[in-house]
Amino acid sequence: MAMIYDLVAQGLQMILVLAVAPFILGVTRKVKARLLRRIGPPLLQPYRDIWKLMHKEAVMAHDASWLYRGTPYLLFATTWVAAALIPTYSTGLLFSWSADLIAIVALLATGRFALALAGMDVGTAFGGIGSSREMLIASLAEPAMLLVVFTVSLVAGTTQLSAIAEHMIHGSVGLRVSLGLVLFSFIFVAIAENARIPIDNPATHLELTMVHEAMVLEYSGRHLAMIEAAAALKLTLYFSLLVCLFLPFGMATGDKSPLAFAIGLAFYLSKIMLLAVLLPIAETAVAKMRVFRYPVFLGGAFATAALAVFLLFVSQGF
Amino acid sequence: MTSLQFDIAHLLAGGMLVLSLLLLYQDRILATLNVFALQAIVLSLAVAWQAYVQGAMHLMVTALIALVVKGFVIPAALNRIVYRLGIHREIEQVIGAGPTMLTGLGLIALSILLVMPVNVGVTALAREDLAFALAVILLGLLMMITRRNAVTQIVGFMSLENGLILAATGARGMPLVVEISVAFSILIAFSVFGIFVFRIRERFDTVDLAALDRFRSERSTLQ
Repeated sequence: MAMIYDLVAQGLQMILVLAVAPFILGVTRKVKARLLRRIGPPLLQPYRDIWKLMHKEAVMAHDASWLYRGTPYLLFATTWVAAALIPTYSTGLLFSWSADLIAIVALLATGRFALALAGMDVGTAFGGIGSSREMLIASLAEPAMLLVVFTVSLVAGTTQLSAIAEHMIHGSVGLRVSLGLVLFSFIFVAIAENARIPIDNPATHLELTMVHEAMVLEYSGRHLAMIEAAAALKLTLYFSLLVCLFLPFGMATGDKSPLAFAIGLAFYLSKIMLLAVLLPIAETAVAKMRVFRYPVFLGGAFATAALAVFLLFVSQGF
Repeated sequence: MTSLQFDIAHLLAGGMLVLSLLLLYQDRILATLNVFALQAIVLSLAVAWQAYVQGAMHLMVTALIALVVKGFVIPAALNRIVYRLGIHREIEQVIGAGPTMLTGLGLIALSILLVMPVNVGVTALAREDLAFALAVILLGLLMMITRRNAVTQIVGFMSLENGLILAATGARGMPLVVEISVAFSILIAFSVFGIFVFRIRERFDTVDLAALDRFRSERSTLQ
């Protein structure tokens, strides 16, 4: 019985992230549109988009290989697994032993690798441009992300997300400059990875500025639906990761009663909703960067994270 | 010393270091001045916190001097100079932001590695303050090297001096007389700098110090 209960709790989390992801995307789009004094699409539009794309014919180039066909599913699968592993409303779920921070970074990298290959597969110029830019961003963002992982796991003494969240809630973390710096760096990386505004504009189809959209330009039908769903999931994943690492209060720890789960769920949903409102506000305040400025932006993230590691060493001693 | 007191001191000193790095890659002159003013304010907070923790009230005077002179008077005066020279829109960078930042990070690591092994007869806080202060000083020097505008070089020098004050407060018992004389010498140095900047402009029609290099090389070819 207990086993079934645990399985249900874990299953709920997996369904939760999948179900809530398009809605979160819808909220960011709506807030952004309102800030620009437009009405904006309804909040449920991303669900409808995915539904519509699912029922359309998938058009493919003649020389598309199996890689091109397989990639959307691989991307969706890796992103979903990664998103489902991150503790959202409770720590210590059934599969939380496998929710390792480094594993999640690796899962995301796998999906991105496949997508970059698929972008080049059919041999159009846009796909190639998109892939090369995406890899540029990835190669700059990943070191910063790994330093973030390093700092957080040094503070908590583990790379397992569930244990980190518990440490942040119960442990005596105190006032840490390092964690503040790392939060900063993490937000920079998250913006770059999700193709949000200073780096990439998710709403544009203007050739010169496209990164992610250029890479998936050839996709249509159910393949595109998978890719869009994966993009929405990725945004939710980064929100959940931010909540789990830096603001895990309200999460159910230890106590596994349905009431604790419900409280954790309410806290989680309100936190990611808040982030989904804050993101477009920040996006409206800045302009998109030139491609040549990306190294400065992400180098800043790297420098901040490296400084955090140094400060941590100073305060903890060698 | 409780852990919270240590954490706050750590936060303020760490904040100074972050601002130093920010200063290093800021390429707009007015933004540089703002960051410098912010650093002086954080410095005065750090010194005031040390005064409270150590129970040394004369450090409050230091904090006050830092706040008034370096947080407000000098940035405002530099602002006026920049506007009068008409260089407030200028953007300058000799080496790119990336290499400068990497060098800066290397310097921070170096100063931490240098100071941390010293653990005879000092508290953890003093040692840490010393490490941060050394890093701020080195970053100020680096800023003076990488810039070629006279005004931003002055900012580099002043931020170096911020590091000196941080170091002095961490090591207990700097007499007030020394403190006040240092503050005055800084003011005098500042006015000398101010006059020099205008002289340089008069002579060469620019405050870009690369103009001076040309003259030096000419003289060396004559000799």
